[in-house]
Amino acid sequence: MTVPFSPAPVNPWIATAMIAAVILLSTTGEVLTAAAMKSIGDLDHIRARSGMKGAIYAVVSCPLFFAGVGFLALAFFALLFALNHLNLSLVAPAAASLTLVTNAIAGKLFLKENVDRRRWTAAVPVSIGIYFLAH
Amino acid sequence: MILGLVALSAPLGDTCLSRGMTVLPAVSLSHPATLIAAVFTPWIALGIVLLIGFFASYLTALSWADLTFVLPATAFGNVIVAILARFWLHEAISWQRWLGVVLITLAVGFIAQGPSLTERPTETSQAPEELLVSSRSHGEDYARARAGKESVR
Repeated sequence: MTVPFSPAPVNPWIATAMIAAVILLSTTGEVLTAAAMKSIGDLDHIRARSGMKGAIYAVVSCPLFFAGVGFLALAFFALLFALNHLNLSLVAPAAASLTLVTNAIAGKLFLKENVDRRRWTAAVPVSIGIYFLAH
Repeated sequence: MILGLVALSAPLGDTCLSRGMTVLPAVSLSHPATLIAAVFTPWIALGIVLLIGFFASYLTALSWADLTFVLPATAFGNVIVAILARFWLHEAISWQRWLGVVLITLAVGFIAQGPSLTERPTETSQAPEELLVSSRSHGEDYARARAGKESVR
């Protein structure tokens, strides 16, 4: 017989810290991966010049790429840990929608991307939309 | 096309994983080997192949577009998940989820009208803050490729 699982109540501050850890690690991973891909250059162009092996080599020889993937892996385990203590209906929408906003901030600060009014305006309904989808 | 692949392959992969895992009997943490065996079932294997395709397409998109352009655009995958869940897996979709679908579709349509990449000056003299994004010799190739792509588009 299957017993429905319901996590034990968690202090709101600890719950916030768990979700914040997921968001922080995920944003760091996304920004490092994006920085790595920008430093490598257009993969279509590299593939046309050096073939698929050349494109793969360009990616796997970039330390920033592995740093990004490492942080994304840490974010995944932080998500698993959070899911072990909190409900999916809280963690998934909060992490997914807030990560979009933190990525916009990090993209502007660290990648020097032009996050104009159009991108900010789009990030808000996407975040609200993800929140609604997860309910 | 790359963004379309990103938006399609991730939800299709997730749906295949979901379909594969629901067919299997309940997996217990005390028997982790059952998870290894699950990898070789057709639906799970197909899901993994699709997710590998997603990651490759995602990296390609990041090589020529801004992160703040790619992420909202790929959020369209959530819309495809909702549609697949409704019409393929026959799940019930609440009005809140349809509202989410509409919001994301409108936002993605809106952001797609703008430029995909931040224009930067030529990289002959790099400012310290630019070193993070253009620290390798591929930078000039990248600028040339971008110029070529923009003219095609």
